[in-house]
Amino acid sequence: MKVLLLKLWMAVAAVLLLPTGSPLAQPEPTAPAVGSVLQQLPGASLKKTGDLVRQLEQAGGAEMRPLFEVMLAGDLYYVKESGQLLQIQKNSDGARMGISLFEGKSLGEFNSRDIKKVRVNNRLRSQLRDAIARIELLHGDEAAQIAAVLAMLDDLNEQNLRLLQTAQQAGVSAEVSTLIELAEAMVQLRTSTDTADRLAAIEVMQGRLETPVRNQLQRLVNSDSEQDVAVVAAAQKALDKISGRMEFYGQMEQLFFGLSLGSVLLLAAIGLAITFGVMGVINMAHGEMIMLGAYTTYVIQQLMPNAIGYSLLVAVPAAFLVSGSVGVLIERGVIRHLQGRPLETLLATFGISLILQQAVRSIFSPLNMQVVTPEWMSGSLAINPVFSITYNRLYILLFSLAVFAALVAILKKSSLGLNVRAVSQNRDMAKAMGVRTEMVDAMTFGLGSGIAGVAGVALSQLTNVGPNLGQSYIIDSFMVVVFGGVGNMLGTLVGGFSLGVANKFLEPATGAVLANIIVLVCLILFIQKRPKGLFPQRGRAAE
Amino acid sequence: MSTVKTAAQPLYRWFAEFRQPGRGTSWLVGVLLVVTLAMSAANLLLPPESPLYVSTYTITLMGKYLCFAMLAMAVDIIWGYCGILSLGHGAFFALGGYGMGMYLMRQIGDRGVYGNPDLPDFMVFLNWQELPWYWFGMDQFWFAVLVALAIPGLLAFVFGWLAFRSRVTGVYLSIMTQALTYALMLAFFRNEMGFGGNNGLTDFKDILGFDLQADSTRVALLLVTTLLLVIAFLTSRAIVQSRLGRVIVAVRDSEARARFLGYRTERYKVWLFVYSALIAAVAGMLYVPQVGIINPGEFSPLNSIEVVVWVAVGGRGTLYGAIVGALLVNYAKTRFTALMPDAWLFALGALFVVVTVYLPRGLAGLFDRFTSKNAETAWPERAKESNGGLSTAEVSA
Repeated sequence: MKVLLLKLWMAVAAVLLLPTGSPLAQPEPTAPAVGSVLQQLPGASLKKTGDLVRQLEQAGGAEMRPLFEVMLAGDLYYVKESGQLLQIQKNSDGARMGISLFEGKSLGEFNSRDIKKVRVNNRLRSQLRDAIARIELLHGDEAAQIAAVLAMLDDLNEQNLRLLQTAQQAGVSAEVSTLIELAEAMVQLRTSTDTADRLAAIEVMQGRLETPVRNQLQRLVNSDSEQDVAVVAAAQKALDKISGRMEFYGQMEQLFFGLSLGSVLLLAAIGLAITFGVMGVINMAHGEMIMLGAYTTYVIQQLMPNAIGYSLLVAVPAAFLVSGSVGVLIERGVIRHLQGRPLETLLATFGISLILQQAVRSIFSPLNMQVVTPEWMSGSLAINPVFSITYNRLYILLFSLAVFAALVAILKKSSLGLNVRAVSQNRDMAKAMGVRTEMVDAMTFGLGSGIAGVAGVALSQLTNVGPNLGQSYIIDSFMVVVFGGVGNMLGTLVGGFSLGVANKFLEPATGAVLANIIVLVCLILFIQKRPKGLFPQRGRAAE
Repeated sequence: MSTVKTAAQPLYRWFAEFRQPGRGTSWLVGVLLVVTLAMSAANLLLPPESPLYVSTYTITLMGKYLCFAMLAMAVDIIWGYCGILSLGHGAFFALGGYGMGMYLMRQIGDRGVYGNPDLPDFMVFLNWQELPWYWFGMDQFWFAVLVALAIPGLLAFVFGWLAFRSRVTGVYLSIMTQALTYALMLAFFRNEMGFGGNNGLTDFKDILGFDLQADSTRVALLLVTTLLLVIAFLTSRAIVQSRLGRVIVAVRDSEARARFLGYRTERYKVWLFVYSALIAAVAGMLYVPQVGIINPGEFSPLNSIEVVVWVAVGGRGTLYGAIVGALLVNYAKTRFTALMPDAWLFALGALFVVVTVYLPRGLAGLFDRFTSKNAETAWPERAKESNGGLSTAEVSA
C-alpha cells in the first residue's frame, strides 16, 4: 500500500513540479538517493534549499517528516568540518546538545563555533509546512489526515486540490472523503463560471461549520463584483443555515457548561443531602470537608510525583477517609451534644469550619495550591469545529453521577442505609428495635463528610485549591439541597443540574455575577412559595 | 463552700438585682453613659502627656464597638425573643452604612482626586458622565438618613412578609437570610451597581460641615452612638416587656399554639424583623463615619454570623447580654489580631463551639446559675426552657 502510494505521489509530484520551471524539478526517472540530497544541504543557498526540500520529499516521503519538523523549528545545524547534519537543542544550562537526525541519539555537547545553522526563511517555512501537511495526508492516520485537510482549507489552490484528489483516489475514510469533497466544492464555487456548478458547490457547502467555508460564503455575499444573483441568494441561504447550526451548537455548549456546573453543585451538595437532608444536622463545616478532600489530592500528588496519572485514583479513597474521619470526629465531639438543636449545630459547625480553615492556612499556606491535571483529563473532545467538550468537565460530570448512584445504592440497598433511614424516620423506635443510633449517627455523618471529600478531589481539577475553597460552595450547596427538597436525594440531583443550567443560560445575557445573583434571588422567592422544595417529603417522614 | 457563699452573699444579691429587668439594666445604661462621657472628657480636656489621656484612636475604637453592640442587640431582639436566627443582619447594617457613605461621598464635593464637583472619584474613574438617579438627593443629610433607614426597612419588610407568611422557619430561614446577604455582597462587588465596587466608599472629608478627622467630631460621634444605643436599648426593653413582647416570646416558644390562640403570628414577626433591621441600619449609619470606609465585605456572610456569636457569648434573650457580648468579643478580637493574628480564627472558632455546647445561654446564663433562685422568680418562663430558647416546633421544621 505504502509503496503504491509513494509511486502515485511521485507521479503527481512530477506533474506538479513541471510548471515551476526549475531545472532541478525536471521529472527524474529515479529519485536521487536521500543521502546524496542531504549532503547538498549544508551551505546551500535559500533557493537551493527549497529545491532540495522538494527532492527530499519526493525521495524520502514520510520518512523525511522529522527532518522537516526540525528544520521548521530552526533546530537543524551541520558540523562545519564534516558537513554532518544534526539537530541542536539547548538544555537547561544553555549548552548546545546535538541529536542525530533520524535515530534521535544524543551526540553530546557542541561548541557554537563548530556548527552552523541551516537557514530557513518564511517562504521555506511555508513550503515545509505544506510538505508536512502532504506527508500527513498521504501517510498519516485518519486524525492526521483530517487535520491536514482542514489546514489546507485555509489556503486552497489547484495544487492542493489535486493532491487531495490523489489522496482520495488512494482510498481514505468516509469522513476524510467528505472533507475532500468539501474542498472541491469550495474551489469549484470560486473558479467555475457555470451557475449550476456553483449552486451544486454551495449545496455541498451548506451546513458545514468549518471557518473557511463560512468565510468564503461571507465574502461571496458581501462582494460587489458578484453578478450571479442566484448564487448570491443560495450563498446567503447556506450562510443562514450555517449560522442556525452554529447557534444550535452554541446552545449545546451552554447546556454542557450548565450540566458541568450542575455536576459541581451536585458533588458539593450531595454530602450535605445526607448530613442535612437525612440527619437534619446543619453542617456549616461541609465546605471545609470539600476543602480537605482537595488538599488531600494535593498531598497525594506531592507524594507520588512520578505517577500523576494515577494520583486521582488514589486520592478518591484517601480523601474519603480523611474527610470521613474528620466528620466522625466532629460528630462524636460536638454534634452529639447538640441533638435536636439545629440552630446551635449551625453555630458550632461554623466555628469548626473557621478552625479548619485556619488550620489549613497555618499548615500549608494562605496561598492557593497547585494541583496538577493528569494527562488523561486534559484536552478536549471535538465533536465539530464549533463544539468541543473538555475532558475534565466530561469526566467530572460522569463522576458526579457515579457518586450519586453509589450513594443512592448505599442508602437503599445496604444495611447501613436501612439503619440510617430508620433513625431519620423515628429515632426512638429504631433504638427500641436494637439499632445502635449513636453508631449510625457517626457513620452517617462520616459518610456525608467522606462524600464531600471525594467531591473535593473532583473540584480540585476545576477550581483553585485554597483555604477558602469550601466557603464558596457552602451557600450554593445549601441552596441546592433546600431547592430540591430536604431528605430527597433525587431532588438534590434535579436541583443541582437545574441551578447549573439556569445559571449558564442566564450568563450570556447578564454576566456571571449577575446570573448568580438572579438565581439566588429566584431561589429565595421560590422557597417562600414552596418552603419544602421541589420534591417535598410526604407522609410521616415529613414531620 | 457554704462559708464562701455567706461571705459572697451581698455579691449574689447584687447580681440578682442586676438581673432584674428594671433596675439592673438601668445600671448598664448608667455605666455606658459614664464611661463614654469620661472617655470623651479625657480625650478633649486632658493634654496628651497625661496618663489619663484617652487617645482618639481609642475613642473611635469604642465608637466602633458600640455600633457592633447595637447590631448585636438587633440580632438579639429577633433571635433571643422571637427565635428567628438571622444570618444576614450584616446586610441591613451595611445598607445603612452605604446610605451614610453616599451622603459622606457627596460631601467631598470637588475635593476628590479628580476634583469633579458632582461625581465621586470612582465614577469619574469609570468614565461615568452623570450621577445615577439613586444618588440624587443624597447630599442632603435628612434625605440620606431617610433613605438609609427606608431601604433596609423595606427589604426587611418584603423579605419578612414573604418568608413569615409562607411559614418559612428555623434553619430554612437562617439559610435564606444568609443567601440574601451573600447575594447583596455579590451585587455590591459589581462596579456597574454604582457603589464603588470592590473598594466601596471611602476618603470621606466631613459630616454636616464638621471635619471627620477632628478629635471633637470623633468624640461627638461616640457620644451620639452611645445616646442612640441607650435609646434603642430602652425602646427594645420597653417592647419586650410590653404585652407585645409577651406575644413575641410566645411565638418563640410555640408558634403553633400562639396562632391557635388567635394571634396573627406572622405580623408580629414581620414588624419585629423590620424593627430589628432598622436598629441594624442605624448602627451601620453610625459605624461608617467613624471607621471611614464601607465596602462590600461588610455584606459577607462571615460578618453576620460573627454577630450571632457575640449574642451567643453574651447570652441571648437578655438585650444587655448582647451588648456585653459584642463589647467583650470585639475587644478580644482587637487584642488577638494585634498579638497573634493567626490565632484569632482558632479562638473565634473555639468560642463558637464552646459557647454553643457548654454555655447555651451565654454569660448571662452564668449569672443565672449564680443567682438561680432569684432568676427563676424573675423570669419563670426562661427557667423551663430545656433547649435554650427553641421550641420543638422549630426543631422539627
